[in-house]
Amino acid sequence: MPAFNPNAQRMLISGNEALALSMLHCNVQVAAGYPGTPSSEILENYSEIGGFAQWCPNEKVAAEVALGAAFGHARSVVTMKHVGLNVASDTLYTATYTGVQGGMVWIVADDPGQGSSQNEQDTRNHAKASVCPMFEPSNSQDAYDMLRLAFKTSERFNIPVILRMTTRVDHSKSIVIPAQDRLDALVPDFVRDIPARVMVPGYAKPAGRRLRAKMETLEKWNVEEGPNVIEMRSPDLGIITAGICYHHVREASPEASTLKLGMTYPLPMETIRKFAGSVKRLVVIEENDPWLAENLRAAGIPVESKYDPIFRFGEMDVNRIKRILAGDKSPDPVPVKGKAPALCEGCPHRSSFAVLKELDCIVSGDIGCYTLAALPPFSSMDMMVDMGAAIGMGIGLRQVLPREQAKRVVSVIGDSTFVHSGITGLVQMAYNKPETGHVVIILDNSITAMTGQQEHPGTGRKLDHSPTYKLDYGEIAKACGIPNVVVVNPVKDTDGLKKAVQEALAKDELTLIIAKSPCILALKSILAWEKANKEMLEKETQK
Amino acid sequence: MKTVNVKFAGLGGTGVLKASDVLAELTFELGYDVKKAEVHGMSQRGGSIASDVRFGESVDSPMIPDGESDYLVVFAKDQIPVNEAYLKKGGILLTPKDIDISKLPSEKTLNVAMLGKLSTYFDFPVVQWQTALKKLFAEKFHEGNEKAFFIGRGEK
Repeated sequence: MPAFNPNAQRMLISGNEALALSMLHCNVQVAAGYPGTPSSEILENYSEIGGFAQWCPNEKVAAEVALGAAFGHARSVVTMKHVGLNVASDTLYTATYTGVQGGMVWIVADDPGQGSSQNEQDTRNHAKASVCPMFEPSNSQDAYDMLRLAFKTSERFNIPVILRMTTRVDHSKSIVIPAQDRLDALVPDFVRDIPARVMVPGYAKPAGRRLRAKMETLEKWNVEEGPNVIEMRSPDLGIITAGICYHHVREASPEASTLKLGMTYPLPMETIRKFAGSVKRLVVIEENDPWLAENLRAAGIPVESKYDPIFRFGEMDVNRIKRILAGDKSPDPVPVKGKAPALCEGCPHRSSFAVLKELDCIVSGDIGCYTLAALPPFSSMDMMVDMGAAIGMGIGLRQVLPREQAKRVVSVIGDSTFVHSGITGLVQMAYNKPETGHVVIILDNSITAMTGQQEHPGTGRKLDHSPTYKLDYGEIAKACGIPNVVVVNPVKDTDGLKKAVQEALAKDELTLIIAKSPCILALKSILAWEKANKEMLEKETQK
Repeated sequence: MKTVNVKFAGLGGTGVLKASDVLAELTFELGYDVKKAEVHGMSQRGGSIASDVRFGESVDSPMIPDGESDYLVVFAKDQIPVNEAYLKKGGILLTPKDIDISKLPSEKTLNVAMLGKLSTYFDFPVVQWQTALKKLFAEKFHEGNEKAFFIGRGEK
């Protein structure tokens, strides 16, 4: 059952729910993604209200699926968190060259304040560097409206478009009144156009020039018809802002005149100049990087902006904006520290990390719930950088460390993360085998747990939990050239896991240990999905 | 009408988000402008968690600024110091101490009992609270919730 009624005329929904609803009303034909806070609920909601959504092994594959669909004159969406765009950026940076024939929107969710992320990168830099038009909604209604506008823009200018969300827009609820009309469904059809879509240098060079020319047209369009709103109040203070910051600004300084930018790349410089000329004091309010401020200054528009040594970190809020406007450069008040998250009671990772701690392993770790093992009482993860990095970093350590240290190195990676970016690590491990061998442990809790229990290719179920082919990690390892594969339940047979790790560390060989035991939070759901799928299969075979 | 700010706080898994959803749904149905903010992700693994509900004629930011909460509803005693700075001077702090926990049908219903206590500060019809609770919880919880709600109100 969906979390909201998609047929209501007025609803209180999150930004992610608003996007799902807008996708339905825009007749999006293909929606693909990889889960990542704060973006995960978009596809889940879309599937629940009847849309076709799919989890992919990683963001790059998801983007390519959506791009292919858009080459085939369909309307497609790809969703990811900000760091997911690093994985998919290879696709983005040339998809802007090729352009699209249908409509393609990249929904990318930034996480200012790092509520649940390994860094605080700002997607606006990617938009400019990849030359991709970008919209920035400020609340749920904006998210609903701007997705539609993003498709209209994509289809009119034949270009992929980024819709940049942030945690507060994704996860805050506000009121949405949906449009009465729907976008007509596109009719998929392939029309051959080799020079437009095969980016060999001979075709890519003119495509790059076409892209820049397109941006000039788009900037003009943004000035004339873009979703940018000037609200004149006091002429003494004008604030240029976008996204969630607009609402903080309205509360922090109700008297200020505002220019709320809805499309932030390419920037509507003429609109901005007009606004700049109509106020005495001009301030930019933005979260994270001084992106607007730097771009405006580069265009010769002098603006005041936040004091970056303090305010480029963390989320913007009403009190911070009051301080920025007052020129207050004193440090933020230090909040009372809350209770840190921890591995759940009964979590299978607890048993696995107890073993790794006891054996004093050097643990090259990865991204997921199990990263919490870096914190006390376990303190038994030594590094975590990006998705899939556990394996490569472990191999690098093994290649340089003195033998007695190298023999303690173990790469630890979750099941969903392994499918996302770990397989190529296994290939490398066999291809350039360290002298001391290596040990990889897949912590297989049979779900993408951290982001809220999503399916992945290793669960054998699709996004909507219906059955599909189930990836076999052991077979993959064997095909990659890993001779030793051990499957062990870390909870029921903790001694077995310990013995397996000890034996693997003692050998100068390559070993994959699959520590398999389901996520304690997901167990009930997993059993219910499996039961439903079994019953469905039985019904089908009876027919 | 001035915006009313209610902050719910506790630990992951104690029903903080659900409680804030109930108040947001109720005030939305009553015709107010409503905004609600929360943080997902890491904070769900037993760590500190908080959710803001703001309602009134027109609400700007979805986040309650420090020192501007009219009500601070805390589900776990040790989370009071973490969130105290949000409460405005003269604001109302509600804690599990305000509830006769021994009467509750289960520990899990504390969040609903706290909503019952909160409800005594507003003129909203009790039946509207009940409707919102029913809408946001599965049917098997309705009976226990109703009990907990009235225990929270001090009426049972």
